[in-house]
Amino acid sequence: MRPETEGQLAELVRDAAAPLSIIGGGTRLWPGEGQGERLDMTGLAGVTLYEPEALTLVVRAGTALEDVRQVLAAEGQMLAFEPWGRQGSTIGGVAAANASGPRRVQAGAARDALIGVRFVNGQGDVVRNGGRVMKNVTGYDLVKLMAGSRGQLGALTEVSLRTAPIPPVAATLALADLDAAAAIPALASALGGPFDVSGAAWLPGHGALIRLEGLAASVKARVADLTARLSVFGTVSEGDPDAWSLLRPAALSHETWRIVCRPGEAATLLAHLPAPSSLDWGGALIHVDLPVDCFPELPPFSGHARRISGAEPLVVPAPDPITARLERDVKSRLDPRGIFAGAA
Amino acid sequence: MIQMPPPDASVLAQRQAIVQALRDALPGAVIDDAAETRAYECDALSAYRCAPLAVVLPSTTEEVSRLMRLCHDLRVPVVPRGAGTSLAGGSMPTEDAVIIGLSRMTEVLEIAPGDRLIRVQAGRTNLSVSGAVDGLGFFYAPDPSSQLACAIGGNIAMNSGGAHCLKYGVTTNNLLGVTLVLMDGSVVELGGPMGEGSGLDLLGVVCGSEGQLGIVTEATLRILPKPAGARPVLIGFDSSETAGACVAAIIRAGIIPVAIEFMDSPCIRATEAHAGAGYPDCGALLIVEVEGTAAEIGEQLTLIRDIATRFDPIEFRESRSEDESRRIWLGRKSAFGAMGQMGDYICLDGTIPVTALPQVLAGIGRLSRDYGLSVANVFHAGDGNMHPLIIYDANKPGDLDRAEAFGADILRLCVQAGGCLTGEHGVGIEKRDLMSEQFAPADMEAQMRVKDAFDPDWLLNPAKVFPLEVSASRRERRLNRPADAA
Repeated sequence: MRPETEGQLAELVRDAAAPLSIIGGGTRLWPGEGQGERLDMTGLAGVTLYEPEALTLVVRAGTALEDVRQVLAAEGQMLAFEPWGRQGSTIGGVAAANASGPRRVQAGAARDALIGVRFVNGQGDVVRNGGRVMKNVTGYDLVKLMAGSRGQLGALTEVSLRTAPIPPVAATLALADLDAAAAIPALASALGGPFDVSGAAWLPGHGALIRLEGLAASVKARVADLTARLSVFGTVSEGDPDAWSLLRPAALSHETWRIVCRPGEAATLLAHLPAPSSLDWGGALIHVDLPVDCFPELPPFSGHARRISGAEPLVVPAPDPITARLERDVKSRLDPRGIFAGAA
Repeated sequence: MIQMPPPDASVLAQRQAIVQALRDALPGAVIDDAAETRAYECDALSAYRCAPLAVVLPSTTEEVSRLMRLCHDLRVPVVPRGAGTSLAGGSMPTEDAVIIGLSRMTEVLEIAPGDRLIRVQAGRTNLSVSGAVDGLGFFYAPDPSSQLACAIGGNIAMNSGGAHCLKYGVTTNNLLGVTLVLMDGSVVELGGPMGEGSGLDLLGVVCGSEGQLGIVTEATLRILPKPAGARPVLIGFDSSETAGACVAAIIRAGIIPVAIEFMDSPCIRATEAHAGAGYPDCGALLIVEVEGTAAEIGEQLTLIRDIATRFDPIEFRESRSEDESRRIWLGRKSAFGAMGQMGDYICLDGTIPVTALPQVLAGIGRLSRDYGLSVANVFHAGDGNMHPLIIYDANKPGDLDRAEAFGADILRLCVQAGGCLTGEHGVGIEKRDLMSEQFAPADMEAQMRVKDAFDPDWLLNPAKVFPLEVSASRRERRLNRPADAA
């Protein structure tokens, strides 16, 4: 099924008798997702409104992420949260997955740039929330609820996003000698000072990576100050500016785990794991490949670990019973017939 | 006039028993004396008042949980209250409601500079959160103008903003987690590192839910390294339209200052008379603030000066010292006080797309003439969050009604221009009945279903946010159910 209007989509959902699987580009499905009849969202594509001087883009959910990037780049703008994508990734998929890249430490996540949604709920009703202005507290913020809901509450048909100017200059610093655990205090030191860091990561072969962006003189001054501060952690050199695009879940040949933790907990977790494939967000995001059906034995920590490739969905620790009950209730009230249940 | 639903007669009839049960549950924390509950009869929307049945001031999450369970079992509505600074009536009580106030919950629970976060009890004031981390070189970014008094719990309930959110975002963008007590007394932790839990973003919908989903007792907040310095410039223009065009040009050039504030000529004149900040007498002015080291500030201001020059500014005043910076901000910060000198006022809070600024300002001017009431405009220009102030005389019969009707028309203009009813103050009771201007029935139904999941009996702050007729069937469901049959 490939509806081309919101009205057609609403009718399809109303008439559906069995679960549907909402698919944009199908480029970021987790284990267990994508079950049910395929509901292809790419027919709902195109820019509805773009006002660069208001930093506002309204776009249909099935629009290719690459097309969005090109429209913005033509006006010197970008999505500040730096979503990664593959061939075919859609902007609706980005929103539904809250897909956010390295600049999250400075500019926030996809959910922070998302200022409005239209979606079709499980009963086939069209629901609007938020709008096209960045300051809006009118009614409940279902925009945040929809961001990262992975198609469990409804099918996004249109999203409004806050855009940002592309910084004229970027510089990447590297501490190439640091392993993942040793990188964390260096990243924390950079993020804890007045340097306006826009990326703080670690990659095998690259070491610790820190990015500074902005106007030319400002970047130059901050590079000098930060280099001085970081020299206690090791040799600071110019890093590979292309490394930032490698910060995404690796090729899915293993079972990849995605761990979100406090940076201060990361070193302890890393001691219980094989070498990670990447760290991002100053150490708050760890990607690590484990052998098939290997369960990470982690000490208690304040975040969670999720298997994002492999056969079965698995999250540790499991959500507490009250959170689980609230999530179940919210889902069943927006999708009483379980039409979008295939998403989870 | 804003109406409230009639109080639940069965609750009023049991008043003494309810108060006694609260006292038994939490000795030394219950206020029910009429002289003392009066202090809680309104918030900063002070035209509307109603004394609550009782006020309880717990000190811990466990105490809040105990009180909520008790009120739940007795079928007594609860109105949460932070510091009572809501401009929308968000914490205004009803006669049949118990206020649970956070004023005794002000502790700092944890400061983790390496993780760039602070955990506090939700009654702590906004400014004292920054105060707690100032010595470490950090600050908490959202800065509502009531920040000296307002509580973090209230900030979360209303998703408060401030002058600097163009760069730093509003509360929801700086909130990592909460401890939430549900109406049935159960306690849940939402959020996590980076604000992210393992499932649905329930934290995101709790923030800004106006105390209708639960009571936040503890909050984990993102703290940011303090910038090396900040400097404002004041730019005067011949008209509001030119000032608006300059704002668009600055943003279009790829510069995102931390704040762009706008004042029109009625506001400038009133402020000058009151505070004497030395502002130029002109059609409109902007205060643009940039941050960084001296070199970074200089680089940004050079670009801003070049852009402003294209719009023939009447004045471009660059601060050269702390004292000059203070004077530039003085007028803006005393604007509301200055309006208070002119008479009673209603402060609106609609947001518009910045591109619609000239058209909306012209519309407000027309309405002002039609209603015969003065209006002054002061607002956060970078993000389109307007604060028109309507001046009226509370002692003149009918003037408040006229001012409210004028305000409603302005908010309709904002919605028609692609904006919204409220950018940072919240809906509360004030904009409750205008929600249908912005939302279709299905839009509000989806929101109310989220409340159904958190508070199935609609006991928590029930007569707020949604138009009374829209929420009636849900609120009345409770009245038709006896207390012990739940």
